[in-house]
Amino acid sequence: MAYTVARPKLTFWEKFYLPQVVGGLAITFRHLVNMLAGRTKVVMQYPEEKWDASLPPYYRGAPALVKDEKGRERCVACQLCEFICPPRAIRILPGELPAESKWSKVEKFPEQFDIDMTRCIYCGMCEEVCPEQAIFLRKDYATTGFSRDQMVHDKARLYELGGTLEGLVFKWNPLK
Amino acid sequence: MDLLTSIDWYLIFTSLAKTVVVLGIILTMVSYTVYAERRVSALIQDRLGPNRVGFPISLLGAKNDFSPFLGGLGQPIADAVKLLIKEDFTPAHVNKLYYWIAPALGIGAVIVSLAVIPFGSSFLGDKMVIADVNAGPLFIFAFSSLGVYGIVLAGWSSNSKYSFLGSIRSSSQMISYELSLGLSVIPLFLILGTLNLSDIVDYQVKNGWLLIPFTNGHLDLRKILLWGPIFISFVTFTISMFAETNRLPFDLPEAEQELVGGYHTEYSSMKFALFFLGEYAAMIAGCSLIVTLFLGGWHLPLIPDGAGVGGWEALHAIPAWFWGLVNIAVFFGKVALLLLFFIWVRWTLPRFRYDQLMRLGWIFFFEIALVNVFLTALIVAVIPN
Repeated sequence: MAYTVARPKLTFWEKFYLPQVVGGLAITFRHLVNMLAGRTKVVMQYPEEKWDASLPPYYRGAPALVKDEKGRERCVACQLCEFICPPRAIRILPGELPAESKWSKVEKFPEQFDIDMTRCIYCGMCEEVCPEQAIFLRKDYATTGFSRDQMVHDKARLYELGGTLEGLVFKWNPLK
Repeated sequence: MDLLTSIDWYLIFTSLAKTVVVLGIILTMVSYTVYAERRVSALIQDRLGPNRVGFPISLLGAKNDFSPFLGGLGQPIADAVKLLIKEDFTPAHVNKLYYWIAPALGIGAVIVSLAVIPFGSSFLGDKMVIADVNAGPLFIFAFSSLGVYGIVLAGWSSNSKYSFLGSIRSSSQMISYELSLGLSVIPLFLILGTLNLSDIVDYQVKNGWLLIPFTNGHLDLRKILLWGPIFISFVTFTISMFAETNRLPFDLPEAEQELVGGYHTEYSSMKFALFFLGEYAAMIAGCSLIVTLFLGGWHLPLIPDGAGVGGWEALHAIPAWFWGLVNIAVFFGKVALLLLFFIWVRWTLPRFRYDQLMRLGWIFFFEIALVNVFLTALIVAVIPN
């Protein structure tokens, strides 16, 4: 249906336009002065200021492998994460623990564990599916490299990122 | 040998030197006006703007890069380098000859018009104006109208509807506003009786700036009465200058939302940069003209001129050439302040609609300027100098 928008009635000075221009200039000038005086809050200046301290505990950053408090690898190379990973970023080469080893009942360990960070989508499925609570999404968000090879995190790097984790794990955190 | 002696080598040498200096100052000013534009717009909109690029003196062996107080002062240099080394692409569907000529015409006209502006009093006995002609404002108006050719040719040769619409708008806008631009300064010439810009500044040094008439320390009835018409003429002239230089609120030729980029849609790299340069140089030329006509040019009260005349007596102890340099600095300082005002207005006002723009030009400013001429003539006739 046709609808007529009511035009606002302008006063004499508003019709004259110039006083309104001066009013507008005053508004922008106030903003300028407030900026120069540092009274306006501006965005975080990223490389100098970082938000690491305010990251929530359930933040999903780069995935990493963890060792338990005795320095043992938690991963048993069951490859569930490799199979569930939607972008197929994980590659695991399982190896067998020797029979004379103290932990031979664990049977398997990952000989190689690569996560291609150019493919990872930080979905957290690997963490969700892991029966041993060995892989976690930690708080590293600035994953960089000069080549594609550097963007593939190998086992050593993953353990370096993960470190050790003691006791009950985040998996049962209600916020996750 | 007769030829050699008849050539005025002194004139050629000083003119060349002045041209090089003025061009250098103007081009530097253009790049830093762009920086100021980005920075001031950011501050007005509660952002920070370009605050990263410093001067990479660590490449030359210094310990750290030099990034002075505000930061980002190296940005214009980085921008210029970027524009210079970008691929210069000429689309296949353009009219090559005019496509190449247009940017040069656009900037050439503006640069030439800077020749008549007195940017300082005198320095070592030489007048600080490249061409001291007796038709200064006419010369500038003539060349600023020639600038339309660059825009029209760019729009036409680009063979693109956006460029074409932009150039059509621009030419009609510039032609409309040239009328009020020219008419609005006629009252000044009625008062001053001269078209020589150096003489206009000299008059203002003796009798006070036209817009601020008490700078020479005394007021009389004639000055007070004439201040009204001069103020009207200043407002119409400044607003027409906004339209003439295609600045917001009159930047219809490059209304990004409607025309992509306006007349320079099809241009890239240095050819685009030339348009950009021309636009800002035109702004500087316009501001210089406003400063020269209304705000006393290079003059500042208490400061003597380049011959060591006038000003505060105590300052005469310092050699005159120093005051010559100060006068140049004062002139460009005034221009810079006016440029900041242009930028400030740009980030305050929304764009006019096209019919509003035309109505404003033809119905308001044209008539106001015309009435103003008669008003001034009346005052000048009743109270002669």
